[in-house]
Amino acid sequence: MALVNIDQVHKYYGDLHVLKGVDLKINAGEVVSIIGRSGSGKSTLLRCMNGLEAYQEGAIIVDNKEVSSDEKQVRLLARSVGMVFQSFNLFPHLTVGENIMLAPKLVLKLSSKEARELALDKLTKVGLAEKIDEYPDCLSGGQQQRVAIARALAMSPKVLLCDEITSALDPELVGEVLRVLEQLAADGMTLILVTHEMNFARDVGDRVVFMHQGKVWESGPAKAVFAQPSTPELQSFISAVL
Amino acid sequence: MLNFSDLLPYSHLLLQGLWVTVVLTLYATLGGVAIGTACAAGRHYGGKALRGVIGGYVELIRNTPFIVQLFFIFFGLPAIGIKLTAWEAGLLAMLINLGAYSTEIIRAGLAATPKAQVEAARVLGLNPRQVFFRVVLIPAFEKIYPALTSQCIIVMLGSAVVSQISVMDLTYAANLIQSRNFRSFEAYLVVAAIYLLFAILMRQVFEWIGRRVFRHRRKAS
Amino acid sequence: MIEFTNWDLLRNLLLATRWTIALSLTAFIGGALVGLLLTAMRLSGRRPLQWLVRGYVEVFQGTPLLMQLFLVFFGLSLLGLDISAWSAAAFALTFFTSAFLTEIWRGCIDTLPKGQWEASRCLGLSFQQTLGRVILPQAIRVALAPTVGFSVQVIKGTALASIIGFVELTKAGTMLNNATFEPFKIFAMVALIYFALCYPLSLASQRLEKKFNGAR
Ligand SMILES: Nc1ncnc2c1ncn2[C@@H]1O[C@H](COP(=O)(O)OP(=O)(O)OP(=O)(O)O)[C@@H](O)[C@H]1O
Ligand SMILES: [Mg+2]
Repeated sequence: MALVNIDQVHKYYGDLHVLKGVDLKINAGEVVSIIGRSGSGKSTLLRCMNGLEAYQEGAIIVDNKEVSSDEKQVRLLARSVGMVFQSFNLFPHLTVGENIMLAPKLVLKLSSKEARELALDKLTKVGLAEKIDEYPDCLSGGQQQRVAIARALAMSPKVLLCDEITSALDPELVGEVLRVLEQLAADGMTLILVTHEMNFARDVGDRVVFMHQGKVWESGPAKAVFAQPSTPELQSFISAVL
Repeated sequence: MLNFSDLLPYSHLLLQGLWVTVVLTLYATLGGVAIGTACAAGRHYGGKALRGVIGGYVELIRNTPFIVQLFFIFFGLPAIGIKLTAWEAGLLAMLINLGAYSTEIIRAGLAATPKAQVEAARVLGLNPRQVFFRVVLIPAFEKIYPALTSQCIIVMLGSAVVSQISVMDLTYAANLIQSRNFRSFEAYLVVAAIYLLFAILMRQVFEWIGRRVFRHRRKAS
Repeated sequence: MIEFTNWDLLRNLLLATRWTIALSLTAFIGGALVGLLLTAMRLSGRRPLQWLVRGYVEVFQGTPLLMQLFLVFFGLSLLGLDISAWSAAAFALTFFTSAFLTEIWRGCIDTLPKGQWEASRCLGLSFQQTLGRVILPQAIRVALAPTVGFSVQVIKGTALASIIGFVELTKAGTMLNNATFEPFKIFAMVALIYFALCYPLSLASQRLEKKFNGAR
């Protein structure tokens, strides 16, 4: 069974039909980029994958666990699914190290010493080991986002969800975050990214999923999809953004 | 155990009391906001002495209980030759009280008006008074309108205390009724409910007025 | 008529002030505890609890504190409890304080970005953990200034306990006035003592406000 199985998922916000029967399977180790116009439902789909949003029809199964927005289930899922946000969402009252150690200590019941080692290890991965005792406010946007990635990694998730994680950054800071993602991909991490970085999607991603009007409109190997989009919608989207 | 039917014979007292509370609130709201506007303008534009006096007034009122202000006005002022009826003393206390709070609220609104807008108006040739009323005061009121109206409701609720100097307001009616029929709890429960409804009504009316007066903002957003 | 020197007056008022302070502290601490409970109920996400809290706040913010005092005083004696003016005042002021603090804290918690809740949820933190480790530590910094500011309202609110016969500062003032017929002097003194209690707290609240707004 694939790591992520999305089967005919429908999602409504009141009367607004946002996801209209999404099917998607993602295998362990895959790097999948989700692209599409604003409002096509990319964020919503991602947020349904870890229970942040409830969906009304269909099924999502991640790491053999049924996804629901039930409080207990969301907590259980947090061990399999990590998430990084566009706006970092670091906890400003905690140091970088404490941000990373919080969940491993409270949820995984690690000792302080184990948690700190873990934090140091993950920070080293994102190249910020020396910032462990700083507060997030003292870091640049790119550094904060790398800390957020380290925080998500500390729960050893099977899959990492990233929703436009470079969109809030100054252009010169985007590269450092993308390099971290590239490294994660090389290490075999399963990544699902909503992104506007088309070059990254093409060069680092294994697969591209193009969403349109609440559906998976087209999907396939990254390079092939960019080279030869088969639907007119994707053709026009690509020519608009590239 | 509870018996509300004993209150029925006294409903006219409740209505009279409510009327007094309504009238006091109306006068206090209009007068208090006027005092507040004048003092806020004085504090914002005035000289050092004026600012000091207004500041002292605001802090003195905000840091002492309403009931003490009321007693001072009603019992204390006659000692220096200022004799007021209970009703006048009650209204004066409410005016002074709301005046101080609204000074502080309106001042915050004035301070929040962007300098650039004042400069723009000046450049367009408006005189200082026009600038104050058209460019500074109206937007300031719009900003602080919710805080100001909640303060008016707080003062209305606080006015229950004027019953203590025998102003025949709603609370006075409750005191009177319970002294006659010995149904204290029921009397106060009913009167508390009337206050609650009046407070809710005031909020609705203020919201309605706000929607009419500040209509342009709604269209924009 | 008994002769009172100014010093006698002041001394008697200051002695009664102890009860104003005791009642204020009781109401403030009690109100903060109840307010904390109400805040947790409101954040729990359970509809019936949220409605309950909203109704509670609405009732205590929408009725005069004096009515609340009367209702507690006469309501409890209706239940057959022989209640002292002190306990009636303490209970009523506690309810009053808790309703206002709940509302103040609601505002403070709502200013925190939604992302803080979402990030905690994604990391697997429980509701209590999120509240205790992520939300409250941040909300407290924002809430400190308005909470201290509200303590002034509590102190002023205790003056109403005089009406149900509890002898605190205001009641002492009226009693002394009845004995000496010097209302101008006595109520001015009473007012100044309240001012001396309240003004430092008002100042502290303003300072805190500046400090934390400046820091952000
Ligand atoms: N909380 C919400 N309540 C109501 N409607 C919402 C909500 N969140 C999103 N929507 C609507 O759902 C649709 C899909 O939104 P979504 O955020 O998934 O789009 P997106 O593809 O991520 O777009 P973008 O590129 O702008 O982030 C949009 O029409 C949006 O207005
Ligand atoms: Mg989005």
